[in-house]
Amino acid sequence: MSTKMSAIHDKIGQFPREMEDESIYIMREVAAQFDRPALLFSGGKDSITLVRLAQKAFFPGKIPFPLVHIDTGHNFPETIEFRDWLAKEAGAELIVRYVQDSIDQGKAKEESGKYASRNVLQTVTLLDTIEEFKFDACIGGARRDEEKARAKERIFSVRDDFGQWDAKRQRPELFDMLNGRISVGENVRVFPISNWTELDVWNYIKEEKMEIPSIYFAHQRQVIQRDGMLWADSEHLNKEADEIPYETTVRFRTVGDMTCTAAVSSHAVDIDVIIEEILSAEISERGARIDDKRSEAAMEKRKQQGYF
Amino acid sequence: MDILRIATAGSVDDGKSTLIGRLLYETNSITKDKIEALESASKRKGLNFLDLSLLTDGLIAEREQGITIDVAHIYFSTPTRKYIIADTPGHIEYTRNMVTGASNAKVSLILVDARQGIVEQTARHLSIASLLRIPKVIICVNKMDLVQYQESKFNEIQSKLSELVAKTTFQGQTVSYLPISSLFGQNITKKSDEMPWFTGNTLLQELENFKFAETLAKAPARFPVQFVIRPMTEAYHDYRGYAGKISSGTFKVGDEIRVLPTGQTSTIATIEKFENSLDQAIAGESIVMTLSNDIDISRGNSIVLASETNVPSLKDFSAHVCWLDHQALSAGKTYLLQHGIHTTKAKITQITERLDVTQQTSTTEVGQLNLNEIGKISLRTAQAISADIYAENPSNGSFILIDEFSNSTVGVGFVD
Repeated sequence: MSTKMSAIHDKIGQFPREMEDESIYIMREVAAQFDRPALLFSGGKDSITLVRLAQKAFFPGKIPFPLVHIDTGHNFPETIEFRDWLAKEAGAELIVRYVQDSIDQGKAKEESGKYASRNVLQTVTLLDTIEEFKFDACIGGARRDEEKARAKERIFSVRDDFGQWDAKRQRPELFDMLNGRISVGENVRVFPISNWTELDVWNYIKEEKMEIPSIYFAHQRQVIQRDGMLWADSEHLNKEADEIPYETTVRFRTVGDMTCTAAVSSHAVDIDVIIEEILSAEISERGARIDDKRSEAAMEKRKQQGYF
Repeated sequence: MDILRIATAGSVDDGKSTLIGRLLYETNSITKDKIEALESASKRKGLNFLDLSLLTDGLIAEREQGITIDVAHIYFSTPTRKYIIADTPGHIEYTRNMVTGASNAKVSLILVDARQGIVEQTARHLSIASLLRIPKVIICVNKMDLVQYQESKFNEIQSKLSELVAKTTFQGQTVSYLPISSLFGQNITKKSDEMPWFTGNTLLQELENFKFAETLAKAPARFPVQFVIRPMTEAYHDYRGYAGKISSGTFKVGDEIRVLPTGQTSTIATIEKFENSLDQAIAGESIVMTLSNDIDISRGNSIVLASETNVPSLKDFSAHVCWLDHQALSAGKTYLLQHGIHTTKAKITQITERLDVTQQTSTTEVGQLNLNEIGKISLRTAQAISADIYAENPSNGSFILIDEFSNSTVGVGFVD
């Protein structure tokens, strides 16, 4: 075994349990400090992890807040199917709101061109949903290791009336004390797995034997090549004439919309192989998110505008 | 696998971001696409080497000004442990960020520029590390390449540093000194070939060898109740579980306990973690505790061992505070005090001292404390808080002050 491979094996299945304790503590603070919290559920592995943590935090009671999904209409069907199954399994209330409705109401405008996606549009629907249900805290699965602007995000991140984030006005967070006090109109985004890395999430899923959507594992799929990445073919993808779909074996490292998540060539059919792949990966996780490639400061700009 | 939290501190331009970048680079924590992004960003800046500092300088404003303005969290791991670095800015006006970043740290990493030696910020950082009772300080004398890797230069700086450390340190704190070059990777994860005269550890060895886990489990047992779980379902009809994270010490099934502030006593019936029942649980664990009899416990109450005779209960006390807000702290003002998860009103009765952390001196007769200032105050709370003296049990001895109108966290306190 090469040194690199042995270094890889050292890290498999090494989930620091302290991370779970901290995240459960945060879940309980949310339930105690806010009147109407919600868990923003995308169907991706990070939000599946959140559901698991919420189940554990309140066991043998039920999760004391609803799961909220902002459906862009461009989701993978496997994700939607999994979402419905998990909500039922966890005995949690599921609220779904649709980006299509925001477009139909003229509140959001569909993007055009070959890079069109609904990723930015979901902010509009999310803010409307927060207002509709008067949510004062929204739990999300963002991690600080994902991206540079996220590395500075607080665990309790206060947003103004317009859902905006101001890096300079963030509250200091000292020790493990979380201050969730807000004024009318403000709300808080809560990130219980802030300190987890991608590897922590996968090791946790493995140790906990959690179910995840099938598209995380290798499968046959029609794809096109664009900008050195594999894009899943679908009715929502605006293809150019020379972009001819072909079938190959791929999996997804991250699950967003079909129009903004790139697939990777992979034969990983179980979680051990996935973890090995991540450890020896040559591309970081957000590198497979086409939306972040738009510019170096793409994420920070979207966050200022109220993106999750 | 455990987690070691590190706070980094330094002055402007002493190469802190480069040091962290180097640590990530040499522990294989950077993926190929990030290295490529670094290469192209370095080229755009007209550099002919990899600018590792660009890995952590994240925000747009920072890129514009070339400085770090907020606490950033950086992650890497070795087969031994997971590391979390809170990278905090070294500017005088951002001391509040340093205190924030260091509040969870077990190791403080302080950088000194080999050409400049000790500067005002070095003393500030050492004092803050001691105020926060950080058990281990590693002082890296960086940019040794710019002083031709001279042993005499390092020795000279180290001896001045030791004099300063003698004034700031406390019993139980260990301090080590390393000559390094972040730019050229000397003594970061590999022994320096340029400084064979240095026989001590590399920075990574210092981090890997540091042990700290036992201290917390041996501290007095403190369990703040965060949330009461009452499923009221068929299967759990009369179930009443007290959920929370043990802040210090150890609790065992069968232990006699006392609830603060009510003083009621009971016995631990079960300690649960999801579907598992445990015999005992230690500091840091999020658990659910059930008791042998029904007593009235609500969020904010604290559970301690009944055998403890000197239970913490404070209403009139003094504390050190670091002020974090633009609006100054003034005596006579009322704030919300949050100790762990328990919040109550508090009145600042007196500001007794202001500390000059760069000179280790203090002044009395203080009217107010401004942003980034550290002082000593007397305060009175509406309800008693179950806090320990910070120096004796740091995990149960700190609190934050919240402005009642802006809801901002405006100060952090350490019970004296």
